[in-house]
Amino acid sequence: MITLLSTWTFGLSLAFVALGVYVSYKLFSFPDITTDGSFTLGAVVTAVLLSAGVDPALATVGGMVAGALAGTTTGILHAVFGVEPLLSGILVTTTLASVNLVVLGRSNVPLTGMTTLFDRAAATLGPAVAAVTGCDRGVADEAARMLFALGCVATACAGLYLFFRTSLGTAMRAGGDTRSMARALGRDTGGLTVTGLALANSLTALAGGLVAQYQRFADVQMGIGMVVWGMASVFLGAALVGPARLGGALVAAAAGSVAFRLLVATALRAGLHPDWLKAATALVVLAALVGPRLLARVRTAPAVR
Amino acid sequence: MLNLTAATVAFSSPGGPVVRAVDGVSLAIPAGQFVVVVGTNGSGKSTLLGAIAGTVPLDGGRLELAGRDITGWSEHRRAALVGRVFQDPRAGTAGSLTVLENIAVAARRGLVAGLDWATTRALREEAAERLGRIVPGLEGRLDQPIGSLSGGQRQIVTLVMATWRRPELLLLDEHTAALDPAAADRVVQATAQIIRSGGLTALMVTHSLAQAASLGDRLLLVHRGRIALDVAGPAKRRLTPEAIADRFDRLRRADQLDDGAARTLAATYR
Repeated sequence: MITLLSTWTFGLSLAFVALGVYVSYKLFSFPDITTDGSFTLGAVVTAVLLSAGVDPALATVGGMVAGALAGTTTGILHAVFGVEPLLSGILVTTTLASVNLVVLGRSNVPLTGMTTLFDRAAATLGPAVAAVTGCDRGVADEAARMLFALGCVATACAGLYLFFRTSLGTAMRAGGDTRSMARALGRDTGGLTVTGLALANSLTALAGGLVAQYQRFADVQMGIGMVVWGMASVFLGAALVGPARLGGALVAAAAGSVAFRLLVATALRAGLHPDWLKAATALVVLAALVGPRLLARVRTAPAVR
Repeated sequence: MLNLTAATVAFSSPGGPVVRAVDGVSLAIPAGQFVVVVGTNGSGKSTLLGAIAGTVPLDGGRLELAGRDITGWSEHRRAALVGRVFQDPRAGTAGSLTVLENIAVAARRGLVAGLDWATTRALREEAAERLGRIVPGLEGRLDQPIGSLSGGQRQIVTLVMATWRRPELLLLDEHTAALDPAAADRVVQATAQIIRSGGLTALMVTHSLAQAASLGDRLLLVHRGRIALDVAGPAKRRLTPEAIADRFDRLRRADQLDDGAARTLAATYR
């Protein structure tokens, strides 16, 4: 039971990566490699602030701000200096590899003995869950952590949905969809891209900060492959939910993250060696990208040539 | 009121000749005038439109619109004064957004996009009224993705979007060229209706000589980066598609004579 709850909590924490990738990749068609670096950056900044005795909520927000700065840098490289999207992300993520090491001081830091957001959730919600369900306190605390993560994700989905229904958010979606249209209607598409990437990477950094707090350590390698993880979640969510507009697509991305985490846990239990995890994730994304095209080709191919 | 003075746009490829796509063009369009632009392929008419819209930087000259010098303004800043419709309806609309969301973006052309709601009830009612007036039935499709409309309908919505807030200048860049003839006719009618009823200043590039003859108060024929013919008033009203075609032929023959003379000269002095 605890393992299942833990898988959910992990999947929900990583759902912020999926939401970030949804914003950068789906809304702006920007394959943002910065995701790998800003996930680690969020974890590292949150860990360092926690170690310095900062309140966990503030430490988490600090990580998000750092992520937003990373996204802003990538956006400026692309929108102002004309660097290609992939290269902008690669340059920033490579820089972040150094920045993260410097900030953390070494390659990993344990967060033992510190109060995290999850500890706070377990302390406040745990007794209530135990009282209502009558289950063991250990299970109740884990359930409380999961409910906390679920609440965060639900709040973020609702907030993003409302934001993208405002004038600014709608202009961002329009600019990401058709640049010429947004420019002809007076929107500075470069500025919109920068804003979108800042938002996306603050979400990714939040995921990093939450994961670091949940697993009680931060590691400079923990962001590797995160952009692919986010894409896999977005694709899996879209496959599960089907064609959806803004609100549905946001929920689908978050649900995709949990579903993918459950899938990974099942695969590991069935004997997949953890070393192959990143490769398997990349394969899922490849299948999601190539599969529909292959299917379409098979379907439209003439029976007789 | 548009005032273009000695505008030049030059293109050059490394080692190749410098081509003046727009070659010292001066053009004044009084407020409320509907100008139709025709030209041969590569004549520079699209570049001229791009220079006014801000997508193509001017290498020389000056552009004033509504009394303001906008020569150095970026494309998106000029959009505060200029409404545009592209050849491809997909370029002028965001296909994954609904019709109403597209209109919401257009309703803030030249204004700050903040954290207010994009699609309000007031906007919905106005959109239903304004779209339904031009294409009956369209008012019931406000919540569908604009990509689900036909090309002609989508182009008419683009027209409504470009003129939602009254532009100082409406630029139409061969906006019926990508449509089938029936849809093109409907878009032309909607265009004429919107420009007339609003008393808009408009500049329309077209490939269709029939449109060039029947629409507008003034006709410009662009050739080799210059305005080769500028007809307004009664003379414009008398123009027929055949007469315009005849002017094209004469320009082409003059080109052939020029080229022939140049070859003869080159051979003589080799």
